[in-house]
Amino acid sequence: MMRAKALLMCVGGAFALSACTAAGSGEGSVKSASTANTGDTRTEFLGEDGNVPFPSTYRAYPGADTLIIPTTVFDGAGGRIDNGWVHFRDGKIVAVGGPNTAPPDVANVVDGSDKFVTPGIIDIHSHLGDYPTPSVPAHSDGNEATSPTTPDVWTEHSVWPQDPGFSRAMANGGITSLQILPGSANLMGGRSVTLKNVPSRTVQGMKFPGAPYGFKMACGENPKRVYGGRGRKPSTRMGNFAVNRQTWLDAIAYSENDDAKRDLGKETLVGVLDGDILVHNHCYRADEMALVMDMAKEMGYKVSAFHHAVEAYKIGDLLRENGVCSAIWADWYGFKMESYDGIPQNAAYLQREGACVVIHSDDENSIQRLNQEAAKAQAAGARMGVNISDADVISWITLNAAKAMGIDDMTGSLEPGKMADVVLWNGDPLSVYSRPEKVWVDGALLYDANDPKRRPVSDFELGQPGAGDVK
Amino acid sequence: MMKRLVTSSACAAIACAVPAAAQDVAIVNATVAKGDGSEPVAGSRVIVRNGTVSVVGPNAPVPANIPTIDAQGAFVTPGIVAAVTDLGLYDVGAVGASNDKSAGDARFNAALDVAPAINPSSQHVKVSRAGGVTRALVTPSHGNSLFAGQGAVIDLGADANAVMEAKAFQMANLGERGARLSGGSRTAAYVELENALREASAFASGSWEGEEALLTRADAAALVPVINGSQELYVEVERAADIRNVLGLKRTYPKLDLVLVGVSEGWLVASEIAAARVPVIADALDDLPASFEQLGATQSNVGRMAAAGVKVAIGRMSGGTDGHPRSAAQFAGNLVALGKVPGASGLSWGQAFATISSIPAEIAGHGGKFGVLKAGAIGDVVIWDGDPLEVDSVPSRVFIAGIEQPLDNHQSELAKRYLDLDESQLPKAYDW
Repeated sequence: MMRAKALLMCVGGAFALSACTAAGSGEGSVKSASTANTGDTRTEFLGEDGNVPFPSTYRAYPGADTLIIPTTVFDGAGGRIDNGWVHFRDGKIVAVGGPNTAPPDVANVVDGSDKFVTPGIIDIHSHLGDYPTPSVPAHSDGNEATSPTTPDVWTEHSVWPQDPGFSRAMANGGITSLQILPGSANLMGGRSVTLKNVPSRTVQGMKFPGAPYGFKMACGENPKRVYGGRGRKPSTRMGNFAVNRQTWLDAIAYSENDDAKRDLGKETLVGVLDGDILVHNHCYRADEMALVMDMAKEMGYKVSAFHHAVEAYKIGDLLRENGVCSAIWADWYGFKMESYDGIPQNAAYLQREGACVVIHSDDENSIQRLNQEAAKAQAAGARMGVNISDADVISWITLNAAKAMGIDDMTGSLEPGKMADVVLWNGDPLSVYSRPEKVWVDGALLYDANDPKRRPVSDFELGQPGAGDVK
Repeated sequence: MMKRLVTSSACAAIACAVPAAAQDVAIVNATVAKGDGSEPVAGSRVIVRNGTVSVVGPNAPVPANIPTIDAQGAFVTPGIVAAVTDLGLYDVGAVGASNDKSAGDARFNAALDVAPAINPSSQHVKVSRAGGVTRALVTPSHGNSLFAGQGAVIDLGADANAVMEAKAFQMANLGERGARLSGGSRTAAYVELENALREASAFASGSWEGEEALLTRADAAALVPVINGSQELYVEVERAADIRNVLGLKRTYPKLDLVLVGVSEGWLVASEIAAARVPVIADALDDLPASFEQLGATQSNVGRMAAAGVKVAIGRMSGGTDGHPRSAAQFAGNLVALGKVPGASGLSWGQAFATISSIPAEIAGHGGKFGVLKAGAIGDVVIWDGDPLEVDSVPSRVFIAGIEQPLDNHQSELAKRYLDLDESQLPKAYDW
């Protein structure tokens, strides 16, 4: 049987395929141009059925033609409109206007007085689903810690869609999209998956249509501790780099060998080398990030974002020049040696250098307060004289995250034609006193603080104490 | 004649390296939150004499010839009290040699005492002090027994004498953790507890079995103040059923001075906790079924317990990734936020601030002594640059027992060094 093995290199479905180049073919394979119709932008070998494996089955839920007016709008792209309005229909943003722009005549009007609208909040670093609650060992599915490099594993095969944490992230944090990553035990932890924060019976029902895959890497203490502790390589930071470099060299050789048999791990690595899969690199120390950026140049790939990056503020210039985002906490520090130099000004100092800032959670509790974390980081900068506008700070948890995840042409800001992922906050989202009042995903109202039934309750919670309670 | 100090001038690092003697200070034109549950009052004053609060209120007379600070409307509060934390017990969590939180390989458990392990110069103490935390209830973590050992009340002053009260409480766990440490089941935990208290009673009455006993001499001796009620017994517990069991211990051991810690499902048994008059140190914002003993967790837990008449502090903010002590104000602010969420139970601003000031002090047996601005209280006073519960606010000045404190630390020095990345003349290593 002929095995379809097209390695798509471009954005778009069948229409665009003629413009694609293909690589890594083998076994006399064909470049399938007829079946990749999912809108996915990912590097993918097609299955026997001609589809990308595990395709997204997410479809937007029905939503009303909705106008929020009057309200304060943070558009996610650095813009702020007072006395503004937001109009969305058929799952897409139609228009955003101010006091001098006539709003459309729409039946479903939401009063946004004294409230704020932002794009749906995006968490670029979450383990919801692969380290779900309850946090019992049977749920520990985020680290395939059996080899220092496991580029063959895909996070989506670990995600439990019934994790109650997804609902908390929506109701308290306004999260509408999130990237679920493998853990950091391994130098190469596997593929991430980007999800819409929509309750679903299957992970495929949550997969963000068209989102590129990410690839989790980790430098520093974790891989050398995990494997050094077992008496195997890597046990040092130099060992970390040696294993990484050889693995990349092997992947390059694979990509040049038309006769190689399929190798799941190398397919992912080649996807990275081709720029279709985005690298998300857990890394704390500035000196190590600088080394990783040079390794990426040597091997011919790009790091999309350093995650945790508590010392990113020391190399904001380098990060800007290399076009690498820093996905960081506001103020976590001190829990491990490589986090000792964390400072609350990290985000503000990066912004000062013109580097890309993303505030992330890596935590099922903190994901419910990314807005507060961003505000803390903003204030820490202001105290040192680094002033950043509220509208720019909102971009740290919306458009910047979307950019680093490769979904910024679809979500992350309130621009016409983008997904109507929208949060109506009951006050300034940069205040501790504010919470989401309504959350729309692709224009569908999926959380409403005023309607107890418009609140997701996972299967796990049914019949348990407090099922359906405010959380 | 009044000597005016500039509000914005924080104590310079060198000037405060050796803290001065207890100061007199009058803070006027302040928005004063007393920490006792009352709401903030604008245009108020706080007068500190010899390190002790002498008078608070809009009409407090300002003594002549004492330094006066015009707060220019800023918030002034008692220092924050970090309830159940590991401040001073570690430098880097994952660096074992620097970490004295637990002693799983020790021969002892209940006898373990954090007091000699407290490092007043720990960066986490300094960072927390700069965040407005002035006192803390420091606890050991569980190692090899349901008894973790004895906690201390400390102050965060920049001096050598951190420990205010050693052996202030015994920490135990009667939930999943205690069950695992006792052999694998709650059944074992309760037998361990019963045996330990029985042997401690025997020790107290001189009829200890010596080498026949399961407890070491040191551990038996350490539990004597628990059974006679002179030392509080903090019990970590989450599940409603476990909470009821702990409250029931008072029937067998009426002298136990119990405090519940954690208590995610407290709202399900709030009236029983209130009736037992047992105070609670709760996790402020737990709302996930993180374990099978926390299935009912909700952020409304604290508000519901408070409404039922339970005395509730919030705490267990330890270093690392689960909220630093300096996050206490943010967590309290979140409880205020719940007031605007339909169906949720939150706290008023004044109530919320009390959960991180007067209430933990009262629970620790120091009510009226700290965590509150009233006559006779220790002069732990913080002047803020905004609303203390807001995420964009930090202290501008901190006084502990009337002594103004340095607010610098490793983080603040790094922040100064990297205010720019200019190395045109010399490397950053020379920028200090």
